[in-house]
Amino acid sequence: MRLTRAMESSDEAVRPRLAPHVRMVYNAARGEYALLSPELVLVINATGAAIVELCDAQRTVAEISAELRSRYDQVADGDVQRFVADLVTKHGMEIEHG
Amino acid sequence: MDKPYGLLAELTYSCPLQCAYCSNPLQLDDYRDELSTEEWQRVFAEAADLGVLQLHLSGGEPLQRRDIVDLVQSANQLGLYTNLITSGLGLSTRRAEQLRNAGLDHVQLSIQADDQALSDQIAVTTSFERKQVAARLIKQLGWPLTLNVVLHRQNIDRIGGMLDMAVAMEADRIELANTQYAGWAGLNQAELLPTRDQLERAEAVVRAARERLGNRMEIIYVIPDYYSKYPKPCMDGWASRQFTVVPNGEALPCPAAHEVARGLDLPPASVREHSLEWIWEKAPLFQQFRGDAWMPDPCRSCERKEIDFGGCRCQAFALTGDAARTDPVCHLSPDHGLVEAAVAAANDPMRPQHGPLIPRQQVGRTKRTTTSTQGRTARTPVPLSPTILKG
Repeated sequence: MRLTRAMESSDEAVRPRLAPHVRMVYNAARGEYALLSPELVLVINATGAAIVELCDAQRTVAEISAELRSRYDQVADGDVQRFVADLVTKHGMEIEHG
Repeated sequence: MDKPYGLLAELTYSCPLQCAYCSNPLQLDDYRDELSTEEWQRVFAEAADLGVLQLHLSGGEPLQRRDIVDLVQSANQLGLYTNLITSGLGLSTRRAEQLRNAGLDHVQLSIQADDQALSDQIAVTTSFERKQVAARLIKQLGWPLTLNVVLHRQNIDRIGGMLDMAVAMEADRIELANTQYAGWAGLNQAELLPTRDQLERAEAVVRAARERLGNRMEIIYVIPDYYSKYPKPCMDGWASRQFTVVPNGEALPCPAAHEVARGLDLPPASVREHSLEWIWEKAPLFQQFRGDAWMPDPCRSCERKEIDFGGCRCQAFALTGDAARTDPVCHLSPDHGLVEAAVAAANDPMRPQHGPLIPRQQVGRTKRTTTSTQGRTARTPVPLSPTILKG
């Protein structure tokens, strides 16, 4: 198993998790979720928050998508992957292969 | 008006270091009547209510506050993301464990150089070894390690060595930011501004390190704005995203705005007298340069005014005496000659490579319960502070 911050495209088998210094909060004053690190405030919507909660380094991207489909009506193909890849680029998330 | 996302709490200006690049104000004694534990806790609670998400605990050296663990704990309970910006001095194993248990999210450790003699010389304090110990401790306790290096004429040539040291420390991130010339750094600008050759070499080293290290370590590199065509989008605009509360409770729209606040002759916006909500929304100091109505030309008619917001108000004030002028860094500024002259002086082949730096003054802390010993406290050598201004 190797740990990387580089997302390999079209790989649904990777297991994402928040980077160690990143924390998700719900901010009542703003009524929104955000991912926080010293240099990053990334406001995310409720679906994004649901994805992040499932990113536990155990589930694969494919499993997270399946889980979300069981909860929500509209989860397009590639949604989770794009969301994760974007966060990986911003150093907010890390992924494990294999 | 947006709500602020970040609060920089400068808990004390006391610091064991005396770095000449410090952005703390020159009049350090004006800030010795520090907020109490309870006052800071109230400020944090008001900040959270206002929508603040990130709390940066800085100084001076925030570990000089004996209540630092309590402060972190309070902030954590409010749901704030807590970031300690420290020299590492005062981070004993016990203190670090307490901070970890209190929920501290992140530690940023300042580094002066990779060479012990140079590091201790820049810090004007024997501190290099203690920083090595602090770095190990931070990793051992499971925090990610971010190193902050303020770059300047006297250490920028060692950037490769500093990157190697960061790798050896297993740092997750390193910020290599050239000095912003505020406070003590403003006083020392001529001895801190690197040459063009130094910058070119440094950039090449950073490029190579990024290629070599890939994603193993995040490298942030910030050039001195004196060498850029446009000014930095300072603070993303005046009183727009974040603000600072300094040790005596004055709130400032940016961490270097002490002198601007005095120069504008506006009433101080003190958390001892006003709520944070009032300060953010109503304080004259916070409204002064908000938006773009204050802008003179060339900013007013510039298509970039939403990109760089006229640059840094503090830099405009420091260089021209008028905080409302275009940041002289901008090549369109009528005052750009001031910056060109500084750059020319830095690159003058006839000047000595290194001259003397003026160390940041040491500052004592006022113990509010023992005012009778104030005079003595003031003469007690207490340490110093590396505060970094983010670009």
